[in-house]
Amino acid sequence: MGQFIEWGALANIIVIGVLVGAGLPALFAVGVRLLAGPGSTVDGQVPLRRRVLAGLCFALVLAAIVGAIVYIAAGGH
Amino acid sequence: MDGVTESLLLAVVVLTALAFDFTNGFHDTGNAMATSIATRALKPKQAVLLSASLNMVGAFLSITVAATIAKGIVDAGVVTLDIVLAGLAGAIIWNLVTWLFGIPSSSSHALIGGVVGAVLAAVGSGGVQWDGLVGKVLVPALVAPAVAILVGTIATSLVTRITRDVPQDSNDRMFRWGQIGSASLVSLAHGTNDAQKSMGIILLALIAAGAVPEDSSVPFWVIVSCALAMAVGTYLGGWRVIRTLGKGLVELESRQGMAAETSSAAVILLSSHFGYSLSTTHVATGSILGSGVGMKGASVRWSVAGRMFLAWLITVPAAAAVGASAYWLGAAVGGAAGSSVVFALLLGVSAVIYLWSRRNPVHHRNVNDEWEPQEDNESIIAEAVVDHDPELLTTHAEQGSER
Repeated sequence: MGQFIEWGALANIIVIGVLVGAGLPALFAVGVRLLAGPGSTVDGQVPLRRRVLAGLCFALVLAAIVGAIVYIAAGGH
Repeated sequence: MDGVTESLLLAVVVLTALAFDFTNGFHDTGNAMATSIATRALKPKQAVLLSASLNMVGAFLSITVAATIAKGIVDAGVVTLDIVLAGLAGAIIWNLVTWLFGIPSSSSHALIGGVVGAVLAAVGSGGVQWDGLVGKVLVPALVAPAVAILVGTIATSLVTRITRDVPQDSNDRMFRWGQIGSASLVSLAHGTNDAQKSMGIILLALIAAGAVPEDSSVPFWVIVSCALAMAVGTYLGGWRVIRTLGKGLVELESRQGMAAETSSAAVILLSSHFGYSLSTTHVATGSILGSGVGMKGASVRWSVAGRMFLAWLITVPAAAAVGASAYWLGAAVGGAAGSSVVFALLLGVSAVIYLWSRRNPVHHRNVNDEWEPQEDNESIIAEAVVDHDPELLTTHAEQGSER
């Protein structure tokens, strides 16, 4: 099978794919939980600390998307 | 060949390449947008409009087009315009047939299959590099869904665990945004990758006909017409394929949709980065399957998935059979008349398939209807078992008798 599967590339795709493809949604989910999870509101308001942390999560996800667009535009594919 | 024959052949090839580009967009809308449509993150018309615009932008973003077709799979030295035309005919017809049955299938594999068939018909098995065909097409068709199912499963499982005690309406509201973002990325990547295939074919045809010099870059009108053809195809939306992907495989909610599209985008971009290109269609389908596997209580209709896997395995041989027949037909008639006959027949078959699809049309109004049991008989038993957990039933019965 050696000549038919590029194992090196495949291993990279799987490892980085899991890190990015599962990591980013998980990060987004952490952001959602910070904003709307149990105990997120005090007197009907989300405390500043939680909002900043959630913002950080969403910002990282957004940065990854922008990075991907730049990567596509640069013809890296 | 005299001048008139040559320009006629060139015109036919360019038109056919644009038609292929159209079916490509048409067939692949679902890869990016099916989940967003199924979870109602976007209205169907909004989704296809967004996807079409991003496909169009994607087509302009990166224009490093290599004028090669099926590189490393067929002997580049034997590819003539007649072979390209026959290959395109095979690819278009396979795309339309799979669309008729609502089966997502890879447009690039269809194109490769069509060209391989035409080469076989033209010069015999010596013109095909079989190792390349197995290593670059057949094996990736098995690997891509496996990788995507893995990533999609892990992503969905993490996301649903982290947000399990978040109210459903908050989850839906926020994850819809994530869904739109990740689906947009898939559309954009599709535009850059797939519009270039048609650009490459047209460029190759222009060079072969001597219309542009050999080291020419892609003429602007080619970029515009390819971008437009794909965008129009995407906008018209292959609703039948969208329906299968969004409703047929897994009953999706926003969290799964977001996890699936992000894993699709990640696997597609990474695979092209590492030079081991996996089909967008196979990856997107695998991710959606993964989002069903990774979520507790979600059921996957494996019988629908099984039909797809089967279709992927026969994509290359089926498109090759059509490609070979088209080549033989063109060669039997001969010359410009032969190409015209192939083109006319292609139009005729496409029209028949279109009319056939009218018997049970799928459009933006019924794309999200419940998946009917008769569409997939075997799923009923599986679903019934999942829906009615015996343990839950007994508890409810006991509670009922206590009251």
